[in-house]
Order: sequence, then C-alpha cells, then structure tokens
Amino acid sequence: MRTDCNAFLGAYPWRKVPGTSADGLVKALDRTAIDVAWITHLPSLFWRDPTEGNAWLYQTARAEKRFKPVPTVHPGLPQWEQVLADAANGGAPAVRCDPLYLGLEPAGGEMRVLAAACGAARLSLMLAVRLEDGRQRHPNDRVGELPAAAVRALIRSDPEVRLLVTHADRAFVEEVHFGSTPEEARRIWWDICWIWGPPEDHLATLLDTIGVERFVFGTGQPLRLPETSVAKLDLLDLSAEKREAIESKNVRELLS
Amino acid sequence: MAMLIDVHAHFYHARTPRADWRERNESRLAAGSKIGISVHVASILGSFGFTSPTYFPSPRDVTAGNDALLALQRAHPDRIRGYVCVNPNYTAHARAEIVRCLDAGMIGIKLAASRRADDPLLDPIAVLALQRRVPVLQHIWQHRRGDRPGQEASDAGDLCTLARRHPDVAFILAHIGGGGDWLHSLHAVADVPNVYVDLSGSGVDGGMLEACLASAGVNRLLWGSDITMDTAWAKLRYLETLLSRDDLALVRWKNAARIFPAGAFPAD
Repeated sequence: MRTDCNAFLGAYPWRKVPGTSADGLVKALDRTAIDVAWITHLPSLFWRDPTEGNAWLYQTARAEKRFKPVPTVHPGLPQWEQVLADAANGGAPAVRCDPLYLGLEPAGGEMRVLAAACGAARLSLMLAVRLEDGRQRHPNDRVGELPAAAVRALIRSDPEVRLLVTHADRAFVEEVHFGSTPEEARRIWWDICWIWGPPEDHLATLLDTIGVERFVFGTGQPLRLPETSVAKLDLLDLSAEKREAIESKNVRELLS
Repeated sequence: MAMLIDVHAHFYHARTPRADWRERNESRLAAGSKIGISVHVASILGSFGFTSPTYFPSPRDVTAGNDALLALQRAHPDRIRGYVCVNPNYTAHARAEIVRCLDAGMIGIKLAASRRADDPLLDPIAVLALQRRVPVLQHIWQHRRGDRPGQEASDAGDLCTLARRHPDVAFILAHIGGGGDWLHSLHAVADVPNVYVDLSGSGVDGGMLEACLASAGVNRLLWGSDITMDTAWAKLRYLETLLSRDDLALVRWKNAARIFPAGAFPAD
C-alpha cells in the first residue's frame, strides 16, 4: 500500500505542466504503483476565494476511488468554518491552507483560529513550504516560502492541532522538530518529496535523528515527478516495516 | 544490465570544508551501485571553499582537487573518470593543468563559474578541448538575470556564444534541473548542435524532460546526477516510460560515448 498525501489536480498558472487532469494523475499513480492520492485543486490556491474549487474537488474524488479530497480553506473569508464541516462530512483526510498563497500572515490570528478549529474537528491541517524551487519561479510569482517559525508557532497555538507539512527540506524539518517539545513534534508529519537522498543522505539522516514515524510519502505531483519519492525510498536500506510506515502506516496514524 | 554513465558527479577530499567527505564519496558509489551506474564522470572544484571559493578556485586548490580526483580514479579504475577542473582566469595554469590531467587519464574539462562562458579567456581552453577531443562541462545558471554572489555564472545564451565560436567542440550544459528557468536554456540550445544537455540537478519538474526532448532532441541528452542521485534516478525512470529502448540507450550512455574520447568507458 502506498499513499501519496501530496498531489494536485488542475493547471498551474506559472508554467505548462502535463498530466494535471484526473486521468493523467491516475496514469501517474499506475506508473509509480501508488494506490491512493490525496488531491488538492491546484488552480484554486491562486483564486481570491480558493474554496470555489472544492466542489469540483469533491465531485472528482467521488468519481475515482483512489482519490481522497483535501479541500482548501481560507480562514479570512466568511463561512470558512463550513469548509471544515464539509471536509469532515466529505471524507477528507485533511484540509489545506497555504497562508502565503492566500495573503495571510502565516502564524497570524486567522491561522491560529484555523489551527484550533482543525484540532477540535480532528482534521489535520496541511501546509506546503513551497510549490516550486525558488530559483526558477516566474518573475511575477513572488509568494514567499512558509517560514519554519510559523510552523513552530502553529503547533504551539493549540494542543490538538496536527500538521502535515509538505515540500520541506532537511534544514526546515530539523529547525521545527528540534525547536519543538517532544509532544509538539509528535503532532507534526513531514512528506519526503523535497528531502535529498544520496550522496547528501538528508532523508537517511532525518529518519535516524527524528524518527521514521514522523515521515509520510508525498510527491508534489504533477508539478514534480512522482518517481522521485519512490527513488528516495529505493535508495535507502529500510526494513519492510519501516518502508511500510512511511508509505502508508504513518499516514493512518495522522488520521487516527 | 545496459551501461549507464553519470556525466555530472562530484567527489570530495580531505582539504574541503566537509568533515564527512569520505561518507559522501562512499554514499555516491553505493547509490551508484543500486542505480546501476557504470561510470561516474566526476569533478572536484578545488577545495570547495576551504581555502578559495568553490567557483573561483585558486590555482593551488585547482591542482589539489584534480590530484584528489586522479587518486580516486586510480582507486576505482572501473567506476570513476575525471573532468579536469580549471579556472580560466589563470590561462597558463589552466592549459597546463588540462594537459597534465588528460595525460593522466581524465576524459573531459570542467568549467565552473570563474569566468563568463562567452569570454575570450575561454577560447584557449576550447582550442585545447578540440585538440584533445574532450568535451567541456560548463556550470550553468538556467537564465541568469543578474550576478549572484559567489559565482560568475553563465547561462545557456553565454554558452551558446562560445559553442558557436567552436563548433567542433562538444559542450555540456550543466544540470538542466539545477536551478533557474530551464525552459530559457532549452530554447537557447535548440539550434546549437554542439551543446548537449545534462539532465542532472535536484529539479524534477513535470514537463521538463518532455521539453528537453522537444528542444534538444534525444541525441543531445546526457544522463547525470550532480548532488542529488534520487532525482537523477527518478528522471531515468520517467524516461523509461517516454523513450524506446534504443533512444533510452542514447541518453543512458551512447550520447556520452560519442562525445568523450574513444575508449573512455568500458563497453565503448
């Protein structure tokens, strides 16, 4: 069983990306032996009201049993709590809020209120550090990267909130993990898509220093080749049990 | 297993800031075995910042780095080949170092970011590359929009200017996935047949490999890793779904075998 907790559907505004349709994603899942994908509607991250893409997202997820919807929530908009209620009713494993894409302070009052509401609703809150390498972004794509300090602030802001942070590199993960109490760190999960393999061996180092239980399989596809996250695991000398933990078991812990 | 040549590898040595240099070298070779890399074609950029800047290495550091790489090549004659790294600002030293290291068994020239690629100071190096029939691997910032600290970076436009002045030399545009706007580079190299595209770099953008095939064509793509072997393996796996077996062999090793000196690789 392999679950990709970090996938998107729909066009990206800053460059041409193939395979953004539901059919395209299914083909990529088949190609990389991924059983389940948590999907977010990518275009709506750039809309004034990102929740307008959620209805399409639920509809698309209902049509493909391998998709699990991760709707976007904007805590600065009226009725945002309804997104959480819909997510809970719609079988969403998490909700997503990328504050800098939405023009929000990453650890400001709105995000803290959202974190508390997610904690109360037992829904994980998903955030991306970045979507693309900062060195290659479109000149008009000026959204900042999520600061590690914001993740530390959010995890401290509510004792029930659980965070799934995607697209983080080794330095980011270490800064947050070792800047948190063990109890706080146990409520943060990290996807592996942006963590380097050999010869730098950042992923192997983190699995050793932070623990296998904190990491989940994610790809960032179709913006990134999903083969990358599979290759990272293939290059590790992992026991079958540890590999299963990263590929599917840890994400079940996140949901429990 | 079919041959696989990594045209963009690096190793470290004791006179670099890396206390873990042995582990990193061993990790590269171990990962290479898992991936199925037949030959790592590598360079060492002086002292990697220890006693002179990585991209502006002093002549003394250039020589020390090349010596370290020659030692690795001797220690792993079946798996490691070398690019001789030079700093073009020191013309006499650069030319002498190229002759010394090619005579000792290295098979290419590495230019980092010490001097812009279109600068006339690179001409004597290109002339030597032609005489010795070796390719030149040029560090590239994909679409340089200005100067960045620590390097005098070149982009594809700069490299293509040099390549047009030396049409019989094979130039390798480094790490298309190594940062910057790769589409800009691919458009620039489309009609410059002696510029080859090295697929290495941490970038694994969806659509990048399709764009490489569309712009440079399968005959000018070279597989490589740079400092992230997981991303390199991912790109190879994806190419396996895009290309025929014969075309995949071009990217895996046959294109490289064509531009490196005859006999540089075991099955060549």
